[in-house]
Amino acid sequence: MLDRRQVYLDNSAATRLDERVLEVMKPYFFDRYAVATSEFAYTQGIEARESLDRARKALAVVLGAAPEEFIFTSGSTESSNIALKGVALALGNKKGKHLIVLKIEDFPVLHSARALEKQGYQVTYLDVDSDGFLDLDKLRESITSETILVSIQHANQEIGTIQDIENIGLICHEKEVLFHSDATHTFPRIPLDVKKIPVDLITVSAHTIHGPKGVGGLYIRKGTMLAKWVDGGFQEFDLRAGMENIPGAVGFAKAVELVTPKETKLLQAMRDRVIDRVLGEIPDTILNGHRQKRLPQNANISFHFIEGESITLHLDIHGFAVSTGSACFSRSLEGSHVIFGIGGDHERAHGSIRFTFGRYNTIEDADAVVNVLAEVVKELRNISPLGKEKEE
Amino acid sequence: MRFPYSETVLEHFRHPRNVGKIENADGKAIEGSPACGDMVSVYINVDPDKKKISDIKFESYGCASNIATGSIITELAKGKTLDEAKKITWKEASEALGGLPKIKAHCSVLAVEGLRSAIENYEERHGLVKERKPTTVETVRKRLRKVMNPLTGLDLVRTNLVRDIKVQNGTVRVVVDLPADNQFASAIKQEIMEKIEPLWDVKEVVVEFTD
Repeated sequence: MLDRRQVYLDNSAATRLDERVLEVMKPYFFDRYAVATSEFAYTQGIEARESLDRARKALAVVLGAAPEEFIFTSGSTESSNIALKGVALALGNKKGKHLIVLKIEDFPVLHSARALEKQGYQVTYLDVDSDGFLDLDKLRESITSETILVSIQHANQEIGTIQDIENIGLICHEKEVLFHSDATHTFPRIPLDVKKIPVDLITVSAHTIHGPKGVGGLYIRKGTMLAKWVDGGFQEFDLRAGMENIPGAVGFAKAVELVTPKETKLLQAMRDRVIDRVLGEIPDTILNGHRQKRLPQNANISFHFIEGESITLHLDIHGFAVSTGSACFSRSLEGSHVIFGIGGDHERAHGSIRFTFGRYNTIEDADAVVNVLAEVVKELRNISPLGKEKEE
Repeated sequence: MRFPYSETVLEHFRHPRNVGKIENADGKAIEGSPACGDMVSVYINVDPDKKKISDIKFESYGCASNIATGSIITELAKGKTLDEAKKITWKEASEALGGLPKIKAHCSVLAVEGLRSAIENYEERHGLVKERKPTTVETVRKRLRKVMNPLTGLDLVRTNLVRDIKVQNGTVRVVVDLPADNQFASAIKQEIMEKIEPLWDVKEVVVEFTD
């Protein structure tokens, strides 16, 4: 049991690096380790500049953007921090101090908004419906003359619900408010073309697509007012100081190149297998997030009467890695704000399990985890004082 | 497989002892709720002559440490007199399990509470308790000793996080020496409410944070 292969089904937390990504990164650790800032001093610097520019261009193209509209960061946390705080700093005294975010945003957006509130900004936290969707009319009503930024995620990190990004963009465009979207979990599996959809800022990351950890990016539409707030050198068009992570940037570009629609379809088949089988075979379960309009790699299900950490621990003993929205699992000892956001109670949050699939999973993994899960859930329900009323 | 749990914890988590209900139990108690993430039911049968716990069973909705503590507490209590069983502490349960992570203290302390409450329940039903006393600052402080500070695994009173307690006309006001946006503020608040609200003469519990 201890030696069995671990089936990793937590690909929204981190992914296994693809060897092909590592191969293109390697030379930048040993042979071409100079940074692009040295381009006017020596040849290695010029090569570094060229490599960075190539990676930048490759990533910008995928978003339909120009290379100078894309900066590299240390990951999605930094990207979203730059977007929210950068816009707030740039426009706070010029236009107003009001921001709008979604209640179920991931922590980089949510906590950046909270930090700005402490600095005297007002934040509207928009509610979502039971599937996790934003109400477009509510958004429209919430935008005031003071509003400087709307930040609505492309898809949710936990329940996978994909927002109607196009219409959100149109509303913001019409109201002349900047629009940021955290696309950490959709890029590049779900196309987002800034030529077609009016988004001004987009957060992306390599860690969700078998790229290296510690590298992400931010798309910034040309002309967007954004203040630099990590000071240092003049890297990244003087918007983000700090040594360029060239191996990371090159690896990120390769990781994006390797994502194919065919692969995404396979992930979707695994997702559907888990959802259909669990809901069909295990009683007292409920799907979190919309059944169709959801991330192709994400299944999230709540199991009534039992707690998520116990489920994950049992699954781990059987060789499966998944995550849960339970309070016991979180660092703050609070249940998932996303499950609460869609109207779920504590029990639904504590009993929620997220399965996220990646390149190294198979449909057999999906079947295997459901088989084990059926047993684990039965055992834990046997111990639980909840849900026994029916039998009595 | 490397967990923040000892082998004994894992053993009790995977194969909990004395699971289930006792029909028409002599004493029973439920501690916690789905809201706080953990819940334990404890059932005891008591030998009326020797005042000894003759049978004990538990059920748990919760994480591994909750399940494991529930299991070990039934083993520790079985065969003990009520007075002996009442004195079993969280520390003893934790030691019997080979230690528990600090952050998990609050989930596992419930089982110990459950056992004590089941005994109290037995005593109440069998006329062994003195009359109800009104809630005082001391009663509240005593209960707050069971609310764990997740940072240290120690209770709020011992870690000097309780700045003030006021009891007036059924309203209990507790001031916690933490900023309201502390990582654990919300979880601590909830636990305080759950510990104080059941007191028979308490109508309202107000938890405030310092900033």
